[in-house]
Amino acid sequence: MEIFRDVVKPLMAGFGITRRRLMHEKVTIQYPEVKREQFARTRWRHVLTRYDSGLERCIGCSLCAGACPARCIYVQAAENTDEARFSPGERYAARYEINMLRCIFCGYCQEACPTGAIVLRNDFELANYQREDFIYTKEMLLEPRKPVEA
Amino acid sequence: MPKRVETIVLHDSSTPILGDVQKGGNVVVTSLETLVSQARANSLWPLTFGLACCAIEMMSTAGSRFDIARFGSEAFRATPRQADVMIIAGRLSKKMAPVLRQIYDQMPEPKWVISMGACASSGGVYNNYAIVQGADQVVPVDVYVPGCPPSPDALIYGIMKLQDKIKRGSARNLHDLRLIEVNARDMSTEAV
Repeated sequence: MEIFRDVVKPLMAGFGITRRRLMHEKVTIQYPEVKREQFARTRWRHVLTRYDSGLERCIGCSLCAGACPARCIYVQAAENTDEARFSPGERYAARYEINMLRCIFCGYCQEACPTGAIVLRNDFELANYQREDFIYTKEMLLEPRKPVEA
Repeated sequence: MPKRVETIVLHDSSTPILGDVQKGGNVVVTSLETLVSQARANSLWPLTFGLACCAIEMMSTAGSRFDIARFGSEAFRATPRQADVMIIAGRLSKKMAPVLRQIYDQMPEPKWVISMGACASSGGVYNNYAIVQGADQVVPVDVYVPGCPPSPDALIYGIMKLQDKIKRGSARNLHDLRLIEVNARDMSTEAV
């Protein structure tokens, strides 16, 4: 009976855990096919948003660049004219570049932005092969125009 | 009646991506290089090289929720002699740089490097005297994964990018790693 107490019972207890695990719900996320639901305030790739009218929200004030702890944002502002109007205010961002390798996705730029132009959305598939591919220009960051409703 | 099958036809290595699907045939033609690179891409053994907080996410990637084993990379090796891919997870200090280089040199060919996270890729917020501003100053990096830290799915995406690169085969030659190493050394002599 000592054999039962010392060998069989612990073995059964051990296999019991295995059996319970087999019944357990599968936890693996089949990533490339299935993407997990991101949290509501997930901070990943930046997007420069537009107003409903199609004008850019960014006014080129560089407050995001000032707030950035990694110094990864570069903004060059230019004046709007009546012929070439990009944003509602006086100025717009002629160049807007983010170094995605430097960026730590802290979201301070989003907090600093007075017009809500730069937001961090949940596209996390950013890996690439060359350093040069990580300088995201304004064209890459800017949200496409909403299609005009007919 | 013979079954009509769709067969994957692998071309020689001059074709960039794994070949196209042709209908009706049942012969697979391939070059040895394509076949070997397929095998290599699907059995990447990472080296445990956690340097900071990114290592937590790297461990999480190996856990059951994200399960890197689905990509043939479940065996994290503690010795460079048995590893194929080095995942530099975390900030690389200047004191650690020679160690990283030595471990990289000890890995058998073919070998690849994933630079995980902002600090390993570019220095991140640590733009100071202690941190190497990008691990590519020390070893040739194949894939950069931005993020602070990258979530496990972002790292898996990076591993998939690396697998694409290995499957392409000749891309490794295009990158011409030796040339980059020579450049890095030239830069260091200039600094001295």
